[in-house]
Amino acid sequence: MSDDVIKAEGLTKVFNKSLVAVDHVDFSVKDGEIFGFLGPNGAGKTTTINMLITVLKPTEGTASVLGYDINKQANEVRKVIGVVPQEYTADEDLTGYENIILCADLYGIPRDIAKKRALELLELVELTNFKDKRVETYSGGMRRRLELACGLVNRPKVLFLDEPTLGLDVQTRTATWNYIRRLKKEYGMTLFMTTHYLEEADALCDRIAIIDHGKIIVTGTPSELKEGLGGDIITIGIKENADVSEIIRGVKNVKEVKNEDGVYRIKAEAGEVTAPLIIEALRKKGYTVTKLSLTEPTLDEVYLEYTGKAMRDTEESKETFRAQRITLRRARGG
Amino acid sequence: MSANEYHPSLIRGLWALTVRELKKWLKDPVMVLMLVLQPLIWMGLLGKSMNIGAMFTSGNLSNISIPDIKIPGNYLIPPVNTNETIPGPLISQMLQQMFSNIGTKVMENTFGVADYFSYMAVGMISMIVMTTTMFSGMSIVWDRRLGFLDKVLSTPVPRGAIIFSKVLNATLRAMFQATIILALAYILGLQLSSTFTLLNLLGIYAAIFLLGVGLSSIFIAFSLRSTRMERPMQIISLIMMPLMFASNTFFPIDLMPDWMKVIAHVNPLTYETEAIRQLTILPLDASALITDFTYLSIFATVLAAIGIVLSWRYLTK
Repeated sequence: MSDDVIKAEGLTKVFNKSLVAVDHVDFSVKDGEIFGFLGPNGAGKTTTINMLITVLKPTEGTASVLGYDINKQANEVRKVIGVVPQEYTADEDLTGYENIILCADLYGIPRDIAKKRALELLELVELTNFKDKRVETYSGGMRRRLELACGLVNRPKVLFLDEPTLGLDVQTRTATWNYIRRLKKEYGMTLFMTTHYLEEADALCDRIAIIDHGKIIVTGTPSELKEGLGGDIITIGIKENADVSEIIRGVKNVKEVKNEDGVYRIKAEAGEVTAPLIIEALRKKGYTVTKLSLTEPTLDEVYLEYTGKAMRDTEESKETFRAQRITLRRARGG
Repeated sequence: MSANEYHPSLIRGLWALTVRELKKWLKDPVMVLMLVLQPLIWMGLLGKSMNIGAMFTSGNLSNISIPDIKIPGNYLIPPVNTNETIPGPLISQMLQQMFSNIGTKVMENTFGVADYFSYMAVGMISMIVMTTTMFSGMSIVWDRRLGFLDKVLSTPVPRGAIIFSKVLNATLRAMFQATIILALAYILGLQLSSTFTLLNLLGIYAAIFLLGVGLSSIFIAFSLRSTRMERPMQIISLIMMPLMFASNTFFPIDLMPDWMKVIAHVNPLTYETEAIRQLTILPLDASALITDFTYLSIFATVLAAIGIVLSWRYLTK
């Protein structure tokens, strides 16, 4: 067995013989990392996760989780993974505590261990005070934390998170990220997550695969991907009314210069080193720099570069749409 | 710590999932109240309003007026010379008495018991078992839509536990409702036969269990596999009335037209109702009861097998 905790080979899912949701996808997830699938709605993220967690059978290809084949050893896979689904699956009519015990029962965890662990997990996600309240009364953030707790009840070695912050407001989202980081540290797990929030992938993931139309377009660490774009953006303005594009082009590391009405947009590697060099070069020729800004590329640009578009809204099945609407409504604590 | 310390089992999973549904159910007092009210309303209104027995009582003939009848004396034995007069009211009174006696016989020959309420109250049990178990499929539709089903599928719980918990839950609900109907019917005047003992209750539950398992298995499979949520509802409302009326739920089969008899004789509701009547209001006829239970057992086995195989295939697709 290699170091890869998850290894997918030619993983493919075709619905109704014609709709290719996931198209011969290969990737591997290393031990202890947070691996993110980033892509728009309908890109095949959830379908991929559903195959990995053995809820859907691949049409073609396979994957292994901790060395267990998802086709042939599905039940072994199920025992060692934890799942935090996109939807709020906790039963609204039960209390938080009862929900965790229910999950524990499904894994066949002995009752005495389950009880102890439920309290421990509730403590960890700071729901101890609400453990005997019905989930109906929980806010979106609380529900998400409860889902996390349920997903950890069997002490999984790999945790799958499908859109972990869908529909949450910015504050709750950041808090949820912190919980995820803490849980990972506490249990030393490998995490596989999907998201369509760029900042989420950036903040949480060690490595990202951008997926669109069922295919992985590019894989790498967030900074690799950003650097892959050709570096930072330096914006410069000068006092004099003259075209200095050529001078800037002559500076080391500069890749591209655009003069937009006297404001120069420069694409350069290692922007923080290059910017002073540009100022220096211009000063030598007698020009005065009046404005300077340096921006590192965000995943937004990466995303745009590789998918050729900003977040795409795709037609989705009625069922998915409804389910998502319910999730959103619950997230808002309705 | 190895993953092998856990032993996901069918029984454990089945128990956990069933308890979940029962808890959901009991935590909703309005729902429990509705479940009690619904049969009460049906029985109270329908059972009491369709007072067929009252049609054959003397009171229903009270307004007939019969003139005095004169009988010529030479018709009498021995003949007399004068005419005899029988007063109308006397005839009327006698007719009413006869009518009432005949009426009771008609009722007994038709329904097996003299009062229609007892007859239909038992039919009501079958009706409630049918509706409850048919609609039980809807909860799995919700589980699927809310993602609960996928989450359960991602755990190592045996797939059978998921299906059986739904079947068991539907059947337990049906039993609960049947108990309430029976108790309410008794309060409202259901007349138990002399052969009734508390042991018969076990037989009643067995009959409900068989019908419940059969119907819920097939409807759960159907609900699970239908892509549109509305479809199961439409099918249920389409077949519920025909199943109810083409059976002995409200009226005896013997008096139905032949084509309807055919339907009624394959309708599991007929056997269920018949079995429960045998065990409650009728003098127990063992051979009839054996026929009923044989049919119900076959029905339950076949439908449960089909339903469970279909659900299983869907869940492991």
